[in-house]
Amino acid sequence: MTSTPMSDRPTVATTTPSPDRRFSSAEVVVHAAFAVLIGIGIVTAAIMWIDPLAIAVGRRELVRTVHVTAGVLAPLPLALGLLSARFRSDVARLERWTDSDVDWLRSKDRRSGRIPVSRFNAGQKLNAALTIGAIIVLLGTGTVMGGWLWSWPTAARTDATWVHDWTAFALTAAVIGHVVFALRYGRGDSSPSAVAVAVERLE
Amino acid sequence: MDNRAPYELGKTRRIGVSCLALSSAPAHADGVESQPSPPAIEAARPYGRRIVLSVVGLGAVGFAIGGPLQGAIDALLSPVRRVDPTGLSSLVPGEGGWRYYSVTAQQPDLTTADYRLSIDGLVDQPLTLTWDDIADLPQTSWTRDFQCVTGWRVDDAAWQGVELRALLEAAGVQSAARAVTFYSHDGAYTESLTIEQVEQDEVMVATHLDGAVISRDHGGPVRLLVVPMYGYKSLKWLSRIELVDTVNPGYWEERGYDVDAYVGSSNGRNDDPVT
Repeated sequence: MTSTPMSDRPTVATTTPSPDRRFSSAEVVVHAAFAVLIGIGIVTAAIMWIDPLAIAVGRRELVRTVHVTAGVLAPLPLALGLLSARFRSDVARLERWTDSDVDWLRSKDRRSGRIPVSRFNAGQKLNAALTIGAIIVLLGTGTVMGGWLWSWPTAARTDATWVHDWTAFALTAAVIGHVVFALRYGRGDSSPSAVAVAVERLE
Repeated sequence: MDNRAPYELGKTRRIGVSCLALSSAPAHADGVESQPSPPAIEAARPYGRRIVLSVVGLGAVGFAIGGPLQGAIDALLSPVRRVDPTGLSSLVPGEGGWRYYSVTAQQPDLTTADYRLSIDGLVDQPLTLTWDDIADLPQTSWTRDFQCVTGWRVDDAAWQGVELRALLEAAGVQSAARAVTFYSHDGAYTESLTIEQVEQDEVMVATHLDGAVISRDHGGPVRLLVVPMYGYKSLKWLSRIELVDTVNPGYWEERGYDVDAYVGSSNGRNDDPVT
C-alpha cells in the first residue's frame, strides 16, 4: 500500500487509447454536442442581456425559447456519454483529487513538471466540477424563472434570475478560460511529466 | 509496472481488465480482479463532487437570501453605475438603469411626422391624433422613479406629455366603458387599466423624457406612463387606446404577472412605492 506511486500510468492496453488520440470518438462527440448547446446558451443569453444586442435582435420570445431548449438539452450529451466506458472512466478521473493535485494547483510553477500530473491536471478537474455545478444551478434557477413545475411568486423568480445571471457570468468566464487554455496548451498537457507518460504509452 | 495499482480509477480499470479477460487472457486478469479494492484509491478524494455540491449549495443560498444580498451588492455598485461612462457596469447582474425587453422582431421606427394615435371603442367621438394634436393639448410634467418588476429602478425620470384622463374626456367616455385597452404599434403588445385607475392614478400619454422626444428604444415617440405601477404597464410605442367594458389582461399578464401592478404591493415584491 505504501509503495503506491502517485501517478496514473496506463498499464493495460485495452483501456489505453492510441497515443495520438487523447479522447475516444464517443467523448469527442459528447464534447462537441455539449459545447454547441452551451455555446447557444451563451449567445442567446448575451442577446437577452446586453441592451444593444437586445435592441438589434428583438424577438425576445423566440430567443428565450432557443435559450431554454439549449439549456434543457445540455445534460443530454453527458447522460448519453455515460453509456461509454471510456467517458465514465474519464469522469471518474476528473472527479478524484490527490494531494499532488492540490499541490499542483497551489504551486506557482504548475507547468514546469516538478509536480507530476496524471491524465487530467487539477485545473481541468476544477473546471469540470465548476461547470457541472453551474449547469445544475442554471437548470434549477431556470426552472423557477420559467415557472414550469411550480407557480413561484414573482419575487422568487427575481431571486432566481439574479442567481441565474451571476452563475451564467461565472460559467461564461470558465468557458472562456477553458478555450484560452485549450488554445495555449493544445489538446493535451505538454508538461514534461505528461510527455513522459505519452512516450511511455508509445513504447 | 504491474504492481503499480491505479490510484484514480481502480474500478473502471478493473472493468477494462475483465473485458480483456473475457476476450483473451483470463489468467492475467485473475490477480487484478481478486483485489477487493485498489489500495491507492484511498489516496484520491472525491473533491469533484464536493465542488459540484458547493456550487449548487451557493446557488441555493443565493436563491434563499437573494433579495437582501442583491440589495447589498446593488448598494455597492449603484454609485459606480451612476458615474460609469462605459456602461460596462450595467452588465453586472442587478439593479441599475434602463433595460430593454423587446418582444417583437423590430421596434417600430416612427417619426413625429407620421405618428398617429387613435382613441376608439366605447367613446362618443372616436379620435385620431397627430403629434401636433397631442402637443397642442395641455401639457403635464412629472419627475418620478421608474421601477421594473425584474428589479431595476431609474430614479427621477422627467416625463412630459398629456394626462390620459384629459384625452379620454376629449373623446367622451360612454357609461358602459369599464376599462381601457392599450395597443402597441407592433401589434403584439397590449396593456390595460380600469377606468377608476385612469381617473385616480397618475397616468400619462408621454412624449418627452428628460427634456427630449422619447427615443425609439424607450418606446417613443409616444408611450404610456403609469406612474404607480411596474414598468410593464407603461406600454411602449402606443398606437391605439380602446375603451372596453371589461379588463383584457395584457401581454405580460398572460404570462403570470399581476394585472393590478402597483409598485411595492403586487407581484410579490416589496419595492418602495412610486408616487
